[in-house]
Amino acid sequence: MTKLDDIDRAIVIATQGGLPLVADPYGAVADALGLSAEVVIARLDAMQQDGVVRRIGVVPNHYALGYRFNGMTVWDVADDHVEEAGRRLCATGVVSHCYQRPRLLPDWPYNIFAMIHARDEAAATALVERLATALGPLARGHRVLFSTRILKKTGLRLGRQQGGGTPCSG
Amino acid sequence: MDDIDRRIVNALQGGFPLTRRPFADAAAPLGLSEAELIGRIRKLRESGVLSRFGPMFNADRFGGHNTLAAMVVPEERFDEVAELVNAFDEVAHNYARDHSFNMWFVVAAESRVRVDEVLAEIAARTGISVHDMPKQREFLVQLRFEA
Repeated sequence: MTKLDDIDRAIVIATQGGLPLVADPYGAVADALGLSAEVVIARLDAMQQDGVVRRIGVVPNHYALGYRFNGMTVWDVADDHVEEAGRRLCATGVVSHCYQRPRLLPDWPYNIFAMIHARDEAAATALVERLATALGPLARGHRVLFSTRILKKTGLRLGRQQGGGTPCSG
Repeated sequence: MDDIDRRIVNALQGGFPLTRRPFADAAAPLGLSEAELIGRIRKLRESGVLSRFGPMFNADRFGGHNTLAAMVVPEERFDEVAELVNAFDEVAHNYARDHSFNMWFVVAAESRVRVDEVLAEIAARTGISVHDMPKQREFLVQLRFEA
């Protein structure tokens, strides 16, 4: 795993809010950073090959595409079965993210989180049933928390300055 | 959104070219001109169909830390708390959800120390507990949305 150097970090910070909508966007980013377009392109290419960049393209707001039923399904799975449960949830092909997280007992016994997205309630219910079937007796309990509003969505950011400071709006 | 917009959204959720004229290169297989593709993406951004356009980074690889936090926010304080939480640059997304844990947000920063500071500051300024649920393991999947 390669560590990001200062040039990579500058490129991340310059592009994490989005690419400029101009004919030569990497050239525009390069001009702003005092680099050449070739360097910006080569660094992004290397970061993509290395998995730092997951992909480059449009990021749809799934609500705007009609995916209004966005469920965070949460599952209580015995610690010994977490790996197998994660594998089975991924294999369904209907989950966008899947994580193991700590339980917060007694209020929150759920330790696997898997996101589903559907255009209507019936489709969402069917997806949850599909996941429940895939897990079978591995799941000791589950809940689905539908999102009722997006309050903020900017993507994860690499900060310009670190350590203390006042939060900026935006 | 018309058929051309749908084709753009479906075709360009990855693989945007790393070239000097990427819009021209991406536009050709869609039967569009460079200017038309740029204009369409701009309109899709402005109308909110796209939340972003550009590289999606795997923030875990920044050497940074992130966590999912949950709060139980009284309904009458919900908007006020949301505004306070969202004001932090470190808060990447924030969703209202139908559960007693009704506000769920991701905090990402370069260090675990800074993540902890943000969580503590939100708790101090709202007087509401912030439950920290860092991921312990990621099962890798990547779903694409059909427009």
